[in-house]
Amino acid sequence: MELFANQVLAGIATGAIYACMALAVVMIYQAIDHLNFAQGEMAMFSTFVSWQLMQWGVPYWGAFVLTVAFSFAAGIVIERLLFKPLAKAPILTNVAGFIALYAIINSVAGLIWDFTIKQYPTPFGSSPFLGSQLISTHQAGMIGITLLMLALLFFFFRFTRVGLAMRAAASLPESARLVGINTSWMIALGWGMASAIGSIAGMMIAPVVFLEPNMMLGVLIYGFAAAVLGGLTSPFGAVMGGFLVGIFENLVGTYIPGVGNELKLPIALALIIVVLVVKPAGLFGRAIVKRV
Amino acid sequence: MTTMLNVKDLRAYYGQVQALHGLSFSLNEGSLTTLLGANGAGKTTTLRAICNMVRSTGAIEFEGKPIGTRSTENVVRLGIAHVPQGRGTFTNMTVEENLQLGAISRPDKKAIGSDIERMYEHFPVLKQRYTQQAGTLSGGEQQMLAVARALMLRPRLMLLDEPSFGLAPLIVRDLFRILGKINREEKVTILVVEQNAQLALELADQAYVIETGRIVMSGNAKDIANNEDVRKSYLGY
Repeated sequence: MELFANQVLAGIATGAIYACMALAVVMIYQAIDHLNFAQGEMAMFSTFVSWQLMQWGVPYWGAFVLTVAFSFAAGIVIERLLFKPLAKAPILTNVAGFIALYAIINSVAGLIWDFTIKQYPTPFGSSPFLGSQLISTHQAGMIGITLLMLALLFFFFRFTRVGLAMRAAASLPESARLVGINTSWMIALGWGMASAIGSIAGMMIAPVVFLEPNMMLGVLIYGFAAAVLGGLTSPFGAVMGGFLVGIFENLVGTYIPGVGNELKLPIALALIIVVLVVKPAGLFGRAIVKRV
Repeated sequence: MTTMLNVKDLRAYYGQVQALHGLSFSLNEGSLTTLLGANGAGKTTTLRAICNMVRSTGAIEFEGKPIGTRSTENVVRLGIAHVPQGRGTFTNMTVEENLQLGAISRPDKKAIGSDIERMYEHFPVLKQRYTQQAGTLSGGEQQMLAVARALMLRPRLMLLDEPSFGLAPLIVRDLFRILGKINREEKVTILVVEQNAQLALELADQAYVIETGRIVMSGNAKDIANNEDVRKSYLGY
């Protein structure tokens, strides 16, 4: 029983990484109705920017704030330059755009900062959290930050006029325009927010996986799995999905013989498929009630 | 009487297909006008062209200003509320959120709360359901909500696309009574597109009849209702 509890705790700790990333994934999905395959690379690039700032002597939280602001602006710029012209194009064109963006950002990051692994600092320290060897203060801090972001997003979407307008633009663009919402800018805002959230995820994840241009590859797949499991329409679901994927991955690794580290990624992929087949809306996705 | 909306030589296209062939009409301030015609005559397209939701040429003037090149949201922000066909309800949001959205482009945030209360007076059924997901409302209730949402803009002009569609006759009567009241009391100019010609002509003071993208008849609603030839050939009752 103690082994079980410990594995769940360790799962929550890794799950925090996925939850962070899933939050960014859901954000962009809400705004544009597609998954952004370059999301992980955007987060990685932001993390490098914060690392560079720290190399230049900016203190951690200063670099943190500047990076979030930079990422927000960069997200909007990417949308205006690349994806606004593709707004009416077929999905496949958009997917090609995402993949191009993925390759470009990855290469540019490699060009500027090369591919060697770099240490990345944590503001929370890395001692055992409350005396537990399974969860460090950094992981606890990461869980805290993720939950804080979730709370802020909830507040933003539920209680602010801009949040309401963004939800309207995402669910019914034509009706949104008919109440005077500039849906095009709402999409850009969604990109900005997703990019900002992704940058926070990157800065939280980097101390765990180390900083390098390919650091987000695996994380993004887990983030997708988490978002699909929780429901692509629900930020809360995405975070819960992240923790569940983390726990699930750990328990399977512990209790099912033969599943080592090598099979952990296929498990995430299998999870995506199973959820899509059995419950496409995800665990917490809103099933829309319609009356005809 | 001043002219509020003036449309001249309006032509609209869906891809290569031309749907409107040089439509011209005007609305007087404070009037309640109906645009009648059969399926496919171009009624919906006319409303969509006013809000720039379909490619069109020609001149559209609202209160003396040309609006043809404005984007949909900027046309709406001038005070032109459009209740689209199918109502455009935000089905996964609550009734109250739908009403809030109606006022989302308004700068005077303080008056929104009292306006919502006023909508609940016009449409008591919405008050009972204000926390309910709008998709769970009945068709009639959703149409009431769509009209209320449009009014939240405090529009100068309201465009309604077949508000009677799919509703029981009693509910249509109720809805039209409220539209008349809004027109008189709130001084909102109304253009209503209808297939239910008989009811629409009872309600309206001006009427236009449209056939395959052209205006074929216009005048006082009562005169048109009383003209047997017109009724038989265009209105089908």
